[in-house]
Amino acid sequence: MAKSAAPKKKQSKANKTFDKAIKKTLTNQKAPLEGLDLSEEKLIQIYRQMLLIRRFEEKAAQMYGMEKIMGFCHLYNGQEAVAVGANAAMHETDYMLTAYRDHGHALVKGITANEVMAELFGKVTGCSRGKGGSMHLFDAEKRMMGGHAIVGGHIPLAAGFAFGSKYKAEQDVTVCFFGEAAANQGVFHETLNMAALWKLPVVYICENNRYGMGTAFERAFAVWDIYERASAYNMPRDVVDGMDVLDMYRKTKEAVDRARYEHIPTFLEARTYRFRGHSMSDPIHGHYRTKEEVEEMKAKDPIINFGELLKKENIFSEEQMKEMDDEIKKIVNESIEFAEKSEEPPLEDLYTDVIVE
Amino acid sequence: MPVQPYIEAISAALWEEMERDKEVFLLGEDIGVYGGAFKVTKGFLEKFGEERVIDTVLAEAAIIGAATGAAIVGMRPVAEMQFADFVTCGFNQLVNNTASIHYRWGLPVPMVVRLPSGGNIHGGPFHSRNPEAWFFHQPGLKLVAPSTPYDAKGLLKAAIRDPDPVLFFEYKYLYRRIKGEVPSEDYVVPIGKADVKRKGNDATIITYGPTVHVALDAAQDIAGSDEYDVEVLDLRSLMPFDKEAILQSVKRTNKVLILHEDTLTGGIGGEIAAFINENAFEYLDAPVRRLGACDTPVPYAPTLETEFLPGKDKVLKNLKELLEY
Ligand SMILES: Cc1ncc(C[n+]2csc(CCOP(=O)(O)OP(=O)(O)O)c2C)c(N)n1
Ligand SMILES: [Mg+2]
Repeated sequence: MAKSAAPKKKQSKANKTFDKAIKKTLTNQKAPLEGLDLSEEKLIQIYRQMLLIRRFEEKAAQMYGMEKIMGFCHLYNGQEAVAVGANAAMHETDYMLTAYRDHGHALVKGITANEVMAELFGKVTGCSRGKGGSMHLFDAEKRMMGGHAIVGGHIPLAAGFAFGSKYKAEQDVTVCFFGEAAANQGVFHETLNMAALWKLPVVYICENNRYGMGTAFERAFAVWDIYERASAYNMPRDVVDGMDVLDMYRKTKEAVDRARYEHIPTFLEARTYRFRGHSMSDPIHGHYRTKEEVEEMKAKDPIINFGELLKKENIFSEEQMKEMDDEIKKIVNESIEFAEKSEEPPLEDLYTDVIVE
Repeated sequence: MPVQPYIEAISAALWEEMERDKEVFLLGEDIGVYGGAFKVTKGFLEKFGEERVIDTVLAEAAIIGAATGAAIVGMRPVAEMQFADFVTCGFNQLVNNTASIHYRWGLPVPMVVRLPSGGNIHGGPFHSRNPEAWFFHQPGLKLVAPSTPYDAKGLLKAAIRDPDPVLFFEYKYLYRRIKGEVPSEDYVVPIGKADVKRKGNDATIITYGPTVHVALDAAQDIAGSDEYDVEVLDLRSLMPFDKEAILQSVKRTNKVLILHEDTLTGGIGGEIAAFINENAFEYLDAPVRRLGACDTPVPYAPTLETEFLPGKDKVLKNLKELLEY
């Protein structure tokens, strides 16, 4: 068997591959807003959504430490631009699915901070009445179709949603997120082939944050440009700077339009980074990645960089940002209060809804 | 004898078997650099190198299938499912390939799949399952489910040395909560042998895995308050299960409660009950009782999960009704 140690050299090569897509951060591009159909209002909303996620996750971490949140809890810090940028390109009626790192997706799809926090607390006012918890956030009305904890398990579900939309001649698109490690499950390949063959209105967005738990992508992929996998299915594909909310928007918009109007699926690989450990029980750095690497990636913070851009373009002032931050912190604090005060699910709830009643 | 937590007994068994036999190797997600999701294999990569401690990609079907192939050609793979729940993704390999190779080809498949199982850790529906019944129904597989550090180490060693594929159910809830004496010299706990964890004459609780401790707790309580003497028979091996030990106990106590953490309907308890009815009916002073988790998915909310699991209160209620029958 080939030795995959001597990781230094391999890692620096992998770094280069990875960074190709995320070299140009927003702020050092010449005219990042040019040619974008985004109003100032919408740009501010995008900023707000990312900040809400960040503040929510910070609070969730704190609540986990206080044992208000139990079990497993995976935070989205650092990856906010992926869900927010993609969502900005979606219609409200479009379906969204993701894996277990789902707080950000749920919030941007319109589930309230109250309902998400209450779900993490296991309260009856949570979006899943406390039955699902952190990894399984869900609201059919908002078309947030989970929150899925079996890695890769939701990829074919997305094809089913897209099939339904197409069959019923509805113009909805399904956007399905998953971590890069999920692309190693067989079902990823099975479904991409099916989606291409059936010409489904679906967009697959692989959030490549470099690690699947403690395994670096270069140790898990024979070909490092993951987006190229879609070439096997003759599916349109692209690599996106997942730290740049505008790049996410732009490329998802193209893909979503292609899905909606031409029934052509797309595979996007968003290169991004998680600032926290894999889950709350994993330290931020240690045996599988260095402190230096984490610090370096933090310089690409999608929220800070986008905020700088809005300031530079005179769209949003420092003061307005501060005000918004205060308002968001209030919302998040209120979600704690809401979750605290909410009732535990009644014990009868255990037995309800196992099948249609 | 040194006292060790359950999880360390598992690590020790793996370590010693790898030292003993160079055909033994480990494969699974994050077991090397990361040391395993629960740190069972911490330090293994450094000691045994990456040819024997293999960080796989996230692909359970490929892990189990490749382990099966390697076993057929004479290796002794120990595959880790990060959580037992994820074995679902490798189901086809296990029940079709792994389980039937020897029947069709006459070639042994000496492999182990480790399955961190069970609830009580608030993991929600897909990180809490007890999937043993699915595999109990599949001829060609052996299943073991230790409840103590001693049994865990001895059964894992036996499983690794066994010529057949063995599913090793280990319990996340017990990992660091249960400590016990573990000999430092080599030993095995033979597959197929149950163990009386508490002697008694008035009724038998037949159980395995984490509910052994619930049963012991309940038996203790009832001995204190009602002066009944309840036996706790730990099956340890589920397939094959120890028919002799079951009959011996039942014939003596004449009353049986079968207890498992897996959901009740279609659980292993049904088969044990049928076995007792067929073989010891005339010794029974009461209908065989069963208690398992409720027939629902595993809920996240801690309050609901407590209601879901067969905890001590439920065991006591069942025991009392049984004893007073
Ligand atoms: C089928 C399955 N196998 C294993 C796991 C355990 N597990 C949970 S997350 C994870 C790593 C996934 O990494 P990735 O897909 O890159 O997502 P990220 O955590 O980076 O967002 C693993 C191995 C699981 N949940 N499901
Ligand atoms: Mg990842």
